Amino acid sequence: MTRIHVSTTVNGDATEFLCEPDETLLDVLRERLGLTGTKEGCGTGDCGACSVTIDGRLVCSCLVLAAEVAGCEVATIEGMADGDRLHPLQQKFLDHAALQCGICTPGFLVAAKALLDRNPDPTETEVRYWLAGNLCRCTGYDKIVRAVMDAAKEMRRA
Amino acid sequence: MRYEAPRSLKSAVALMAGARGSAHILAGGTDLLVRMRSGYAEPDLIVDIKHIDGMKSVVAEKGGWRIGAAVSGAEIGEHKGLCRAWPGVVEAANLIGSTQIQGRATMTGNLCNASPAADSVPALVAAGATVRIAGPKGRRDVAVEKVPTGPGKTSLKKGEIIASVFLPKRPARSGDAYLRFTPRSEMDIAVVGVGVSLSVNTKGVCTAARVALGAVAPTVLLVEPAARALVGTTLDETALEALAAACSKACRPIDDKRGTVEYRIRVAGVLARRAALIAYERAGGRK
Repeated sequence: MTRIHVSTTVNGDATEFLCEPDETLLDVLRERLGLTGTKEGCGTGDCGACSVTIDGRLVCSCLVLAAEVAGCEVATIEGMADGDRLHPLQQKFLDHAALQCGICTPGFLVAAKALLDRNPDPTETEVRYWLAGNLCRCTGYDKIVRAVMDAAKEMRRA
Repeated sequence: MRYEAPRSLKSAVALMAGARGSAHILAGGTDLLVRMRSGYAEPDLIVDIKHIDGMKSVVAEKGGWRIGAAVSGAEIGEHKGLCRAWPGVVEAANLIGSTQIQGRATMTGNLCNASPAADSVPALVAAGATVRIAGPKGRRDVAVEKVPTGPGKTSLKKGEIIASVFLPKRPARSGDAYLRFTPRSEMDIAVVGVGVSLSVNTKGVCTAARVALGAVAPTVLLVEPAARALVGTTLDETALEALAAACSKACRPIDDKRGTVEYRIRVAGVLARRAALIAYERAGGRK
């Protein structure tokens, strides 16, 4: 297979990589770019652990070919904190203990941020539907939903 | 495997027509990449159509709407004109998968994947939608119900690509609706799906209707007797009974883990009644 040269932007930085034509964005992020915050759960778009945004749109990176992101803006969990300062969502996940094993957490955070970027004042039902594609086998979701609602509240005050 | 992202429909068609081995179109990829991972698809060539003009746009045309083949469910749901004109089609498209899936999945992909349980397809058939197909022999427009021929199979010939879906102009006082039954409220596959589109006159009498069923036969069903049960009525109890009976009669389902034959047949009638009443209300009829 001939490798493909891709120029893209990841978390605001111009990035280039070579990939196989059938390589997923998830694999490139983790294996070639060392961005292992994005997790692989199912690999078939069911669990949301590999959530990233492409041009602001929330997607499962396991269902995107790396070659597709040429010229796009990719955002991953690594771009969420501002240096050492956690994003309000990250802080609220800690405050509410909205995680146990943590595998699903980066995906939840990226997905929740995509929601709040578009809707700063979601209802609990809207949060639950928006996050229906992110699976968590530890928390029972309630703490996650509370953390997102609380972060939204704090971000509206800021 | 080769990955190509052509800039024109003509080059995409040429690539698909000239491909040796298995060639697949990539728009949202939410079916294709899953099939590749599970080994059901081993493409020699993938043609990404997202860089072709018109594939990512929704444009008004002759009083209707033309939706590019790569327009995602999320983009459809955010389009005010589409939501106003065809709320049933939009709700069907938006039922597919999660937020993440909505960010990529397309109605054209839903149609070409040819699952009998595809959510957007009964709504499109009820809407009288057509697709524009580009191929080595030129362009043709085909009714949506003529595309799937069986589970996983379509009537598309080698080298042919669906470029867009067209939702026609509809009369004033028209409405459509899509309902599906799933055991879970989200992230599930239809046990039965029903699309209804209808028009009413100023007295609330139904003047035209189309009813389509999903997940109860190898392909989507356009149920003409069900539509006839509604036309000329104000969707009174007798008409709704006749609608439900016609829908149940048209079903040719299978037993599987999602539902039995008997269950699907019954639910098709129940859902058709409910969908028809929603469409009727949206059209400005009473109730």
